[in-house]
Order: sequence, then C-alpha cells, then structure tokens
Amino acid sequence: MQKSKLGLDVEKIGRARQLAQQIALPVQQFVEGYTTVAVERTLCRLLGIDSIDTHGIPLPNVVVDTLKERGVLNQGVLFHLSNAMVETGLSPQEIAEQTAQGNFDFTRINVYPAATREHALQPYIRQALERIITNRQNRQRYIETLGEGNKPYIYVIVATGNIYEDVTQAEAAARQGADIIAVIRTTGQSLLDYVPYGATTEGFGGTYATQENFRIMRTALNKVSKEVGRYIRLCNYCSGLCMPEIAVMGALEGLDVMLNDALYGILFRDINMQRTLIDQYFSRVINAFAGVIINTGEDNYLTTADAFEEARTVLASDLINEQLALLAGLPEEQMGLGHAFEMNPELKNGFLYELAQAQMTREIFPKATLKYMPPTKFMTGNIFKGQIQNALFNQISIWTGQGIQLLGMMTEAVHTPFMSDRYIAIENARYIFNNMKNIGDEVEFKKDGIIRKRAQQVLDEAIELLERIEREGLFMALEKGIFGDVKRSKTGGKGLEGVVMKATEYNNPFIAYMKGETNI
Amino acid sequence: MKNELIDIQPESVSKTLDLTQVKPYGDTLNDGKVQLSFTLPLPCKDESIEAAKQLMRKMGFDNPQIVYYKELTEGFTFFVCYGDSTHTVDYTKISVPKVESAVMTMEETDTYIKRNIGRRITVIGASTGTDAHTVGIDAIMNMKGYAGHFGLERYDMFEALNLGSQIPNEDFIAKAIEVKADVLLVSQTVTQKDIHIKNLTELVEMLEAENLRHKVILICGGPRISHELAKELGYDAGFSMNSYADDVASFIAEEMNRRIHQS
Repeated sequence: MQKSKLGLDVEKIGRARQLAQQIALPVQQFVEGYTTVAVERTLCRLLGIDSIDTHGIPLPNVVVDTLKERGVLNQGVLFHLSNAMVETGLSPQEIAEQTAQGNFDFTRINVYPAATREHALQPYIRQALERIITNRQNRQRYIETLGEGNKPYIYVIVATGNIYEDVTQAEAAARQGADIIAVIRTTGQSLLDYVPYGATTEGFGGTYATQENFRIMRTALNKVSKEVGRYIRLCNYCSGLCMPEIAVMGALEGLDVMLNDALYGILFRDINMQRTLIDQYFSRVINAFAGVIINTGEDNYLTTADAFEEARTVLASDLINEQLALLAGLPEEQMGLGHAFEMNPELKNGFLYELAQAQMTREIFPKATLKYMPPTKFMTGNIFKGQIQNALFNQISIWTGQGIQLLGMMTEAVHTPFMSDRYIAIENARYIFNNMKNIGDEVEFKKDGIIRKRAQQVLDEAIELLERIEREGLFMALEKGIFGDVKRSKTGGKGLEGVVMKATEYNNPFIAYMKGETNI
Repeated sequence: MKNELIDIQPESVSKTLDLTQVKPYGDTLNDGKVQLSFTLPLPCKDESIEAAKQLMRKMGFDNPQIVYYKELTEGFTFFVCYGDSTHTVDYTKISVPKVESAVMTMEETDTYIKRNIGRRITVIGASTGTDAHTVGIDAIMNMKGYAGHFGLERYDMFEALNLGSQIPNEDFIAKAIEVKADVLLVSQTVTQKDIHIKNLTELVEMLEAENLRHKVILICGGPRISHELAKELGYDAGFSMNSYADDVASFIAEEMNRRIHQS
C-alpha cells in the first residue's frame, strides 16, 4: 500500500482482512456442498438450452423443474442431460424441447460411465467457454482501439421499461459523456424464479433483464462506442433468485458490469441467505471468467441505517465481499465494492466525514474499481439543493479516486430520470472531474485532524464488528440484524425450496474451467 | 420601443394581492414569473426555439424567454425558459380535504391512547406489491423514525410490525388477521404507469371480499399520495411528503377513539 494519507495502520488493515477471510471460509465450505435450481438452469444455458415452451415457460425451467419433481435435482442437470445425450444422440436443446413436449423423460435413462458422459458434454462446454472468451477479447479490442473514459467512470441508469426506448436514452447518455449504462430492471424481477424471454417493451420502474434485451443494448452501445470514440460499458443486475443465470446471459452477450451481491438480496429483497450465497458463488465464477466488474450493494445499508453511525458496517461488508469474491477467482480490479455519500446534509462537517470514508475505502482497497453511490435518502424534491448535494458527492469522488461514479440525479425521489436530468448530472460530474482533477495529489490531511481521526475510527469499529461476526458466523450475524438494521432468518425468505445438497454423482466442470484449474 | 417599455413597467399590473386572482410571484406582486425547463424532440435549430416559445404561449405564458438551450442528443433539444403566467386562480374558492386530526407529540399520543382506548393498538405496515422501497414505511414505523420524529415502534401504546418491502397484498392481509391488526399502513413509492393505484385498489377490494375493510383503519402513504387520492380509493387517510410518525400516530389514536364512541 502507498503511504496512507489518513495515517491508517497497515497492521490493522491486515487484521481486518484476516477476520473477513475467516468469516468467508466457512461460508464457502457450506456453499460448495449445495446446488440450487438457479445454478442448474445456468448450466442448461451454458449448454445452449434457450427459448420457451408453448406456455411461455423458459426451457431451462422446464428441464430443471423436471429434475426437481423427480427428486433428482441433487444429482445435477449435467448428470441427467449427459446420460440422455449419450443414449439418444440428441443435443441438450433437443432434449429440452422433447421434454417440454412431454415426449420422453430424460431422468429415466441408463447411467453411462463418467468418461462417456464427459465426452458427450465436451463440445457444448467448449462452445460456451469460447463464446465468453471471444466476448472478453472483443471488449479488450474495443478498449485498445477506441479507448475508454477516465476513472471515475460515469455511470447512469436508463429505466423506461421499453428496451428500444432505453436504447435511445442510452445513446444520448453516451454522447453526453456516460461511460457505463445500467439498464435498471423492472421492479420485482429479483423475485422471479425464471428469466423472461425475448425483447420486452413493458416494465415498471425498469426493463426486464432478458438475454435478447442484453443483446439489443450491447449492439447499440457497440455502435455508439465507435461514434463517440470511447468504449461504453453495459451494466445489469445479477442479483435476486436468478443470480447465476443472469450472470451467464451477460457473459454470453458481452456485458461489462453486473450488480452481484448476495448480502443485498438477503437484506433488501428477503431472499433466503443459503440460496443466494450458493447462487452468488457460481455467478461470481462466471463474472470473473467473463471479465465482468461486479458491483456490491453496501450503499444500501445506509438507506435504512444512519450513514454516520453505520459506516463500519459498510467497510466490514466490503471486506467480507472482497474475500467471497477472491474465493470465486475474481481479481481485485473487477471488484466494484460499494459505498455511498448518504449522510444527513444538516450534519456539521458531514463533507469531511464523507471525504474521510471515501479516502479510507480507496486506501484499504487500492486496486478495486470502487463503486461510489450518490445521495438518495436525503434528496427531497428540492432539485436545486439536490444538484448541490450531487456536486459535493462528485468532488469527493475525484478527490479520492473512485472507480465508478453512479451519478446522482437532482430529480431523485421525484421520477425516473428524464433525458435532461441525465444531461445535467453528467455536465455536473464532468465539470467537477475536470476542474478539480488533481486535487487529491495536492492536498494532504492534517495530522490528528477531523478527517484522519474519522477514518481511523471507522476502521477500528469495523474490526470490532468483524470480530463479532467471526465469533458468530455470517449466518448468525445476519439473523441478528448486523447490517442495515435488517434481521433475516437462515431458513426464512424466498427461494430456500430451490436448494439441495449435492449427491456424489454431482459435477459442475465449468467451475474448474472458469477458475483456470482445468485447461479448456 | 413601446412594447419593450411595457415589458419593463407593465402599468396594467396591480401591485396589491387579490386572493381571487392569484398569480406566481417573481419579485413583484402579480408579475406572474415562472421558470420551467423541458425537452422537445427536435434538433437544435432556430425553428425549434420558436417552437418552444409558441408552446410556452399555448401553456399560458406571456413574454416567453428561452434563456438556455442545448441539443442533448441528435434530435432532442433541452430548453430553460421563463415566462409570465396569464392565468390566475381564485384562492378563496379552494377547499382541500385534509386529515382532520390535531397532531400530538409521542408522549401526548401515548397518554391519549391510555386514557381513551385503554389498550395498545396493533399496527402492521408494509411496502406492498412489487414495490421494493422501504424508505417511507421505515420512516414512519422504525424505532429511529426520520428527521427527529421517532417511529411507531418507539411508542408505548403501539404494537408496530413492519413487514418490509415487496409484500403481496394477500400475505399482508393474512398477517393482519394473524396479529389482529387494528391498523394497516401501506407505503407506495413506485408510481410508474400508476402501478400504485392498481395495487392500492386491489388491497381495498380484497379487504372488502374478506369482510375486513370496516374492521380496520386503512392508511396509505408515499411521495405521490394525497389524502384526497387516498379517500377516493377507499382509504381512511393518506399521508404524503413531510408527514412523520407523529402525524400518523395522532390520526390513528383519534380515529380509533372516534370509532369507539360511534359504536
């Protein structure tokens, strides 16, 4: 680590990280013993199973629901599909179609030797991996030939509900200077246990995440990237009940950034903690392999709990998320760990505290592409004051070298952004990022001053909190409401019925391939 | 020249406040000054600026001024404008339905309930339907409250249960029956395509079908909800921005009291 501008103790940071690792390891051990309906559907998609049946049910759901009904989900979809492939010579897609038509039961088939089954799967595995590698290389080539925006990347959302209207909004935002376009999902999608199919034009507060919508938007952004001479990244949300499925759809369509945080789903969507932590592992393996930057949702803790008092929970959670991500093979550069500018604007010296915390986060995670979130809780509808709140937020970001700047909208709390709201927000950020470009290199913080003391205090408190979580275990800590003042039970919430312990036959070869433990 | 002079010193403008003819105020009574901004789906050209001015006139503004314009993306131009409103409203004829209760402090409400109701009141709250926002319901219900106003959990005389967000109406009602709730609080933040109206209406219909509607006090809240809208949808009260737990608590206490003494 570079010399700390805040006088942070390197040993304390090491201690915090070690505690986080000790918290993450038992979670990882737990996760590896289980699979979920979402993980199995993800494997279907990796083998090329797509489309819907005559009732509109996605074929991956048809296949995995069949396993679940027969009580053999614990053996894994690859076990059954590969037996059926050897027996019938059909492709995974053909087997799925036949299953949907009720023509045959692919779970009641002879069991073939492991080597024979693997041989049958091999071409499909290779095809999926190659497609993801190609997307990764394409992104790299775009960045090398066109270049990309400077950090902090300017991140804006589009949320019209109609993917074609989203394209218009996204193109406009890119031309105005946005670096990342996030297509907000329709409200409630995180609780669907399937991914809708095809292009969609109806949504509430956002647009359905579908593979076709991903393709439409990525194609449009490739075009506009060439026009503006800067690679424009596309962000979506692999959180909720279809976490790994959406990760794989993003990987197959060349998405660049994904919200990907089990803790967020547990706390704010009441998704069962076992389910989503299992799902998160595979989704992060996929995101790591696809070169996707993940974003975590710590900022949300501060929308329900007080931003000044609960700063330690954000840091503690960032550290735990970092360790869980490392276990999935995700490089630090692809970690968009979250934090936020959410203190009450009436707080005396609030700006100094925000500055201290942003600088602290930067120093503790020096390589991470930190995601910094704008004020939302204290946005009032007074758009004129809101514009200033966003300006202060932008100043801290350029000062402390954040990675991704999710731009605040002055009309937060009023409506989903108009085209002009986004323009005003981008103009605000560009003005400040340029006008204050090197302020972080020029200004030092007074020894024993407010800023240094605040950062040291938050680190100390985070260590105390991590010690407590480490003693109790992450699951128990979540049951006690340690983050965001929200309590969740280990067996409560949505999606637990989709979790099973893996049987001895179970195998998911993609994990080893994607983590580079096996050569493709 | 004559016209410009009129713009600066409009002699016809009265300098006294007439409540039957109220106009916006810039820096002089009855100047009618309004600022607004909008985007037209037109390229940035002189004709588009003229279009913006004509639109302003149709909106009822004299002397439309486009003080800033900028093409946001090809074919979309943003305008910042000022104009003088030609319209007025008769303030003396306005009547707005309001929540009719005196706002009490937390201590006063607790005392009021002890004296007049004589037992704790059970309140359940949720952000219902697909709405994921908890900010509103948390502000009213959680211990901490919001902006210095403690939430219902803090009151001695309320048994407050906050179910959180994305609670389907059927689950909400089931829970209400289970805990024998006296009061149902519904928060709605997402209003795109009027989804909140559909959701709020559905809840009332389901409560009526269960023969529960008249047994509970039904309250909704959210940034785009007014008391008037709430009454129209069949709720007992609606609370909007700048309402806090004290407002809701006082209303509940007084409404409970009213109902007890009616029956």
